[in-house]
Amino acid sequence: MSNGRFGQHGGQYIPETLMNAVIELEEAYNRYKDDPQFNAELTTLFNEYAGRPSRLYYAEKLTKTLGGAKIYLKREDLNHTGAHKINNVLGQALLAKKMGKTRLIAETGAGQHGVATATAAALMGMECVVFMGEEDTKRQALNVYRMKLLGSEVIPVTTGTATLKDAVSEAMREWTSRIADTHYCLGSVMGPHPFPTIVRDFQAVISKEIKQQILEKEGRLPDAVMACVGGGSNAIGTFYHFIEDKGVRLIGCEAAGRGIDTFETAATIATGKLGIFHGMKSYFCQDEYGQIAPVYSISAGLDYPGIGPEHAYLHDTGRAEYVPVTDEEAVNAFEFLAKTEGIIPAIESAHAVAHAMKIAPEMGKDKIIVITISGRGDKDCAAIARYRGENIYE
Amino acid sequence: MSNIREAFVKGKAFIPFVTCGDPDLETTAKIVREMEKNGADIIELGIPFSDPTAEGPVIQGANIRALSAGTTTDKIFEFVRELRKDVKIPLVFMTYANVVFSYGIERFAKTCSDVGIDGIILPDVPFEEKEEFAPACRQYGIDFISLIAPTSENRIEMIASHAEGFLYIVSSLGVTGVRSEIKTDIGAMTRIVRKYSKVPCAVGFGISKPEQAKNMASLSDGCIVGSAIVKIIAEHGRESAPFVGEYVKQMKEAIK
Repeated sequence: MSNGRFGQHGGQYIPETLMNAVIELEEAYNRYKDDPQFNAELTTLFNEYAGRPSRLYYAEKLTKTLGGAKIYLKREDLNHTGAHKINNVLGQALLAKKMGKTRLIAETGAGQHGVATATAAALMGMECVVFMGEEDTKRQALNVYRMKLLGSEVIPVTTGTATLKDAVSEAMREWTSRIADTHYCLGSVMGPHPFPTIVRDFQAVISKEIKQQILEKEGRLPDAVMACVGGGSNAIGTFYHFIEDKGVRLIGCEAAGRGIDTFETAATIATGKLGIFHGMKSYFCQDEYGQIAPVYSISAGLDYPGIGPEHAYLHDTGRAEYVPVTDEEAVNAFEFLAKTEGIIPAIESAHAVAHAMKIAPEMGKDKIIVITISGRGDKDCAAIARYRGENIYE
Repeated sequence: MSNIREAFVKGKAFIPFVTCGDPDLETTAKIVREMEKNGADIIELGIPFSDPTAEGPVIQGANIRALSAGTTTDKIFEFVRELRKDVKIPLVFMTYANVVFSYGIERFAKTCSDVGIDGIILPDVPFEEKEEFAPACRQYGIDFISLIAPTSENRIEMIASHAEGFLYIVSSLGVTGVRSEIKTDIGAMTRIVRKYSKVPCAVGFGISKPEQAKNMASLSDGCIVGSAIVKIIAEHGRESAPFVGEYVKQMKEAIK
């Protein structure tokens, strides 16, 4: 089997036109990943520009209200641009720049990755084009404006379900037509090798910091770390440095939409099966003939029919657990965290909070949970208001 | 020699493409027969896929129409079985990895062989992933057709020296679709291909006009036309067979 496998998952299922581009990317990444100069530049960007390290906050009121395990929040929402996406984007943009690329293209669902890419492009003086499902440009109109403000072009994608999956397809199509000056800044731990590895490595800073911070605060490792999973970049970032620590439960929270017993779901592990799509072998929501299912979630960032190959592997080996969380549960958690801690999480991250609300009360007070708050929820306020029947305009 | 390679022996091959089930399988059957009657040497039959990432808007549209009409892999196999009662020229499937993978690679290859399919083209399976699919195809006598792109450069030798059936030369960067001009140095690509491979090579992507076809075929062993035909079908729907036939005749005439 080819390079870039996580067990049976991963690989490079892409048109021949792109093969030399991903090989060039892999070679460049191998050259720079251990280069002290590259890493010094990236650390400076992380710390001085993105505001790392992000806080590990003891959510005392949340802990007491739920009455069980001690809950810490990894505050990726406090990063510049308001989400974990900036970690990966700064890494990839810096790499692309070293490779001599002058143009970044990206897909985006909720708009957070698009905003992060537009931000990095502005900072590094690169051209930027973001593909976004037309449905999502409506759900996340504010982020569309932010990308344009940052100097990026936003192309609404009208094909298929006009959501994240179609934005990925369109970005891939664009990359096959313009490769020489263009880097495809993929936003999650998905797609063909080497993307799942590169994105994981740039996001692994999350678990690296959690480990240091929790050891400082508690003198021990947590009992569980949790994150929401669409493609799975903040989750793999949260899990990575704990994979070898078998005592730490790794819990990924998938978007169940209106429920895993309905067709309106995006919970890949719960409802998908093994397949090949968007450059990788992994689990996908699909019909019996392999046609990709039109998935649904209230969260534009989790509204994707697949999951990154390393997550599929962690699921196969049983090292990580993946649980479905419905729209209703996520919206309740969104409101609950706002009221108990004064923190409005992204609706994506609220999926992880929702599951913590289920398991924390069952756990002893001597147990510790870390939830990654992958992004801030300002972008979601109008949509949540509408979900609750209140029509507000941004 | 496989049927596919034999199809190139008589001269330059014209290879038209059609998406099965666009707008329905009865129409596709009429179109295939018209194609054969008017000089097609091999026909590429597209099995529709929900998210065809190598296709431009024209063939994407055909995929959507075919799936909306309820076309499935099983129905297409039955349709090919029917066609084979009178259609003699080689037929190759063009689809995406997941369509084959979800059917079961071996079961897919075996069924291809049972119904009379000669080859498979999977644009999202590059050389590195080929061995997942090719052994089952070999076992059932199906040619696994590889593609070479303008960006392949140092990879041409590797791909060509392992090629089966024919080599599909992608004329341009980007996705399928009509192009006014093809800028790639096709002659340079075919010279390398011929150094390392004995299989014929045909050029596709962007070809719509007889002069383009003539030019591309003169640099290779044939040409493949998809989007231009799908456009005719999109325009004429169930009545498109004679229009496609006329077009195929014109194109075949141009490359002779």
